[in-house]
Amino acid sequence: MNLHEYQAKEILAKYGIPVPPGKIAYTADEAKQIATEFGDMVVIKAQVHTGGRGKAGGVKLAKTPEEAREKASQILGLNIKGFITKKVLVAKAVDIAKEYYAGLILDRVTQRVVLMLSKEGGVDIEEVAAARPYAIIKHPIDPHKGLRPFEARALVKRAGLEGNLNKLAQILVQLYQAYEGIDASTAEINPLVITTGGDVVAADAKIVLDDNALYRHPELSRLREAEAEHPLEVEASNYGFAYVKLDGNVGIIGNGAGLVMYTLDLVQRVGGKAANFLDIGGGAKADVVYNALKVVLKDPDVKGVFINIFGGITRADEVAKGVIRAMDEGILTKPVAMRVAGTAEEEAKTLLEGRPIYMYPTSVDAAKAVVAMTGGQG
Amino acid sequence: MSILVNKNTRVLVQGITGREGAFHTEQMIKAGTQVVAGMTPGKGGQTAQGIPVYDTVKEAANHHHIDASIIFVPAPGAADAALEAAHAGIPLVVLITEGIPTMDMVKAVAEIKAMGNVRLIGGNCPGLITPGECKLGIMPANVFKRGRVGLISRSGTVTYETAKALSDAGYGISTCIGIGGDPIIGTTFKDLLPMFNDDPETEAVVVCGEIGGSDEEDAAEYIKAHMKKPVVGFIGGRSAPKGKKMGHAGAIIMGNVGTPESKLAAFAAAGVPVADTIDEIVELVRAKLG
Repeated sequence: MNLHEYQAKEILAKYGIPVPPGKIAYTADEAKQIATEFGDMVVIKAQVHTGGRGKAGGVKLAKTPEEAREKASQILGLNIKGFITKKVLVAKAVDIAKEYYAGLILDRVTQRVVLMLSKEGGVDIEEVAAARPYAIIKHPIDPHKGLRPFEARALVKRAGLEGNLNKLAQILVQLYQAYEGIDASTAEINPLVITTGGDVVAADAKIVLDDNALYRHPELSRLREAEAEHPLEVEASNYGFAYVKLDGNVGIIGNGAGLVMYTLDLVQRVGGKAANFLDIGGGAKADVVYNALKVVLKDPDVKGVFINIFGGITRADEVAKGVIRAMDEGILTKPVAMRVAGTAEEEAKTLLEGRPIYMYPTSVDAAKAVVAMTGGQG
Repeated sequence: MSILVNKNTRVLVQGITGREGAFHTEQMIKAGTQVVAGMTPGKGGQTAQGIPVYDTVKEAANHHHIDASIIFVPAPGAADAALEAAHAGIPLVVLITEGIPTMDMVKAVAEIKAMGNVRLIGGNCPGLITPGECKLGIMPANVFKRGRVGLISRSGTVTYETAKALSDAGYGISTCIGIGGDPIIGTTFKDLLPMFNDDPETEAVVVCGEIGGSDEEDAAEYIKAHMKKPVVGFIGGRSAPKGKKMGHAGAIIMGNVGTPESKLAAFAAAGVPVADTIDEIVELVRAKLG
């Protein structure tokens, strides 16, 4: 789960990391009011769950309260990569002397949380990593010891960061404490600014939370914004499905993440494109399949559906019953290609006999058929 | 022969009194597994599926010789359950549970690896099976026939399909291990390949990878340098967009890490042919084994 910049900064502040004073505005007038309160130059920043806000015109400086109102009205409502800006952060502008990068990510190779530190902050760190990997130092953290101050000081020196050594090291220690404390999967400060006055502040921050650990943080899970996700993703998650909206026109339902991914790949191989990823999980009963069809067919992009089931603990006849119920209730408005194998395969075929469902013996045949039905590339 | 489990493997089920634990204990016994004990804290002294239940792993281990433990404990206590098994001296621990907090796994995997004498498989995995001898997992045993191909996979259903296809084609499976779809797991491809390399029953190995992480690249490196037997690859999620998590928490392309291109290139460099479909896996095995 992604947090907004202002939410990330609130968390960092709670762990003792200095952030520029800022408040959230939902209207241009509120932005003006906040700027008046600060009585100083402010930066107005779109709060949307996507990167590249600056390039899209979602970050602007304002010298006066009136200018803050003007700039806020330009940013509010702005469409940034498909996300409509509904609120802006109005924060005191900082006088930047230097911009650094500090981030914590989960590294699968070392199986640890890795601290990344670079003198080259304020830009996309992935670009730095691609162009000048030596400009980023990486330090895997022992999960049972955490990041200790002496280690942090050595890392600051190694990365060549200039400024107050103790303050910089303390921020790294606090960033790790925050990361562990809230069960983050990513926590980045970019830029970590050294001001002209020599202070160290987190001028921008990004935090992604570990969805598996959200149950430990009810106060954070309340920050989930339904509108930030695709409405069908919200509906599917209410049913307990793993669902991802994609941009093709073939609706996909399968059991098991691996099989669903494989089904997506097959559809693409034969010239089509999937409209979604939907995993009904293991041991699904008829009502689960029925609900899955409801979600997938609500998507106006879907021109046909491919149901791919390998019966193990999931019984193919239960899947068939779910499809029949959807058919009887008139929900099946688009052609369905189906492939079932494994447990109760024969029972499923008997149930579906004479019904207008296209059954195929292999996944590849079903993929070809559904792509033909939906007219190729969606 | 086989790897990791066989007909002599004596098994403890952690979380045996839960819905999943009870169901799969029954299924495992049906598949021939020697389940000797169960454990659920607070339910010691009861029996479940005719198996004695203990409060702690240590107590179970005091009463029975245990070679392996399988865990069906809900996510909040799952990593702790794995640590309990490891500290009780169980050499093979299979963690089935999905949705375990990542930091719990980072800590548990670090601790268990430091112990040096415990193999953890999973979490979020279907477990492992040596067909006809021991099923230490949740896979449908009926699609697995005993044979000469070793199978390692990051996914569940793709594993079952592949096993069925190889079984139907007459090759069969020596041992199959589902290593799990999470970013932090106890055992990866490169840990298992040396075991298959040394197993006389295994004549070829199928590695079913997917997008995300770099386990396939590491496996390719081992194969290139050490593998004496033919290996056939498969990569799931090749059409997935960047940055989107495809069901498995580990199946996500971040920046330039975890892309199908990188995995395909690594397999190509190691001389591992990659199947585009599950049927093609069988064809490629046939090309190697005849």
